[in-house]
Amino acid sequence: MQKNIICVACPMGCGVTVDIADNGEILSVTGNTCKRGDTYARAECTHPVRSLATTVKINGGIYNVVPCKSAGSLPKEKIAECMKVINSVQIDAPVKLGDVLVENILDTGINIVATNHCPAK
Amino acid sequence: MLNYDIVVIGGGPAGMAAALKARECGVESILILERAETLGGILEQCIHTGFGLHYFGEELSGPEYADRFIRLVDEQKIEYKTDTMALEITENNVVYAVNKKDGLLEIQAKAIILAMGCRERPRGALNIAGSRASGVMSAGTAQKYVNIDGYMPGKKVVILGSGDIGLIMARRMTLEGAEVKCVCELMPYSSGLTRNIVQCLDDFNIPLHLSCTVVGIHGKDRVEGVTIAKVDENRKPIPGTEEYIECDTLLLSVGLIPENELTRAVGINLDPVTSGAIVDEYRETSRKGVFACGNVLHVHDLVDYVTLESQTAGEGAARYVLGKTDTAEYITTKGVNGVRYIVPQKVNIKNDGDVKLYFRVGQVYKNAKTVVKYNGEEIISKKRPRLAPGEMENVIIKNDMLKNFAEGGTIEISVEV
Repeated sequence: MQKNIICVACPMGCGVTVDIADNGEILSVTGNTCKRGDTYARAECTHPVRSLATTVKINGGIYNVVPCKSAGSLPKEKIAECMKVINSVQIDAPVKLGDVLVENILDTGINIVATNHCPAK
Repeated sequence: MLNYDIVVIGGGPAGMAAALKARECGVESILILERAETLGGILEQCIHTGFGLHYFGEELSGPEYADRFIRLVDEQKIEYKTDTMALEITENNVVYAVNKKDGLLEIQAKAIILAMGCRERPRGALNIAGSRASGVMSAGTAQKYVNIDGYMPGKKVVILGSGDIGLIMARRMTLEGAEVKCVCELMPYSSGLTRNIVQCLDDFNIPLHLSCTVVGIHGKDRVEGVTIAKVDENRKPIPGTEEYIECDTLLLSVGLIPENELTRAVGINLDPVTSGAIVDEYRETSRKGVFACGNVLHVHDLVDYVTLESQTAGEGAARYVLGKTDTAEYITTKGVNGVRYIVPQKVNIKNDGDVKLYFRVGQVYKNAKTVVKYNGEEIISKKRPRLAPGEMENVIIKNDMLKNFAEGGTIEISVEV
């Protein structure tokens, strides 16, 4: 079976074709222009992953929320559940860029980290 | 009156990169003026990742990308004033600005770098029929509400325009629990990056209606719904194709306009296609000592390219201040046959480096070639499997090639299918 996907690893958006055998084995990946494209295409055909960027509520900061991201890729099917966890968290200011806000979210081994500073009010 | 060698107007990615490069080139006296409370510009609200892949080789969020430059500005002790609005620049390179602390500032600059960025095309520019109910806003405004203020501006959303901000906000609003009914795009193609169609719409099963627009907005106090319709090849709504969609919010992502009020007022020549200044390879405008870079010059799709372009402008401004400018013999550049514009619009052939020309096509092409001609003669040809208006292209003119050109010549870039 052939699967055509568009790589989202970077803004190039390469069209990648993956040849998959009946037993699910990936025979070839073509059309990608870099190694990240190969990795992305293989993951997309076996266990799709996405990075997540959102915000976390802050108590006593100069802003109400601080932006955050997953420090690695999360399983695509767990994104909605991760959002619920992140939206239930409140962090006290100050927050520094890189601070871990949620550790090992949903046992994925991935931390949610702040992507900006939020000084205390 | 204050005196600085270089005054940079705008403290976003363009202004910071330009200031840092000018400092690296040996200019000590630099001042950045920024309208917002912090440096960083629009990156502060662009919390999604995808920034920096070209420049840093890493995938960063907007605030992280900005933070790297803010830290460098601090390390380099480059002066900046936030909460400060530049009001006017004069023919003698005096900048007038105002803030609450200093009051009115009068700053004499040797060189000025324009890095004011762009703003979103508003509802008023679209002439959509309907009431003035609340719930109609630009996608960037919604982005600020959600990502900076932590406030959701709606629950059921229709998005008009499939530019990147519209696509990013479709995902963002969905993640925060809103129902995004659809994205309507007037053109037969999306102007956003392909990756954003995939990861912002397809991932969440949000329909993208191409050749489709909003023809009516309903509701009295709050938006209650919109009417969408298909459009024909002349972008006119086709009667009988109207469809009512219930929603409480309409987000507009219908184009960005470089913020060139200061530029225009001082009489700098603008390119009618880019709505930015006409510049040479160092991004010097038609006025000596005034440079422009980033989205105020032409709207970019990637901040990485803004950074690179702004470093060029910073270097140009430093050379000007330090008296290192070359003698000038210009050739002009021109986009033809599918190429909407080229930046820079003119190139000094006495320049001692290579020159990168950035350009944008007017429609989607598959298996095409971009061809560069000098005075009608082909000098470079590049095969391109895919060209799209949303993705900026570039070509490098090597210095040994430049040396063979003569003053007054023309470089044309075209698409051949």
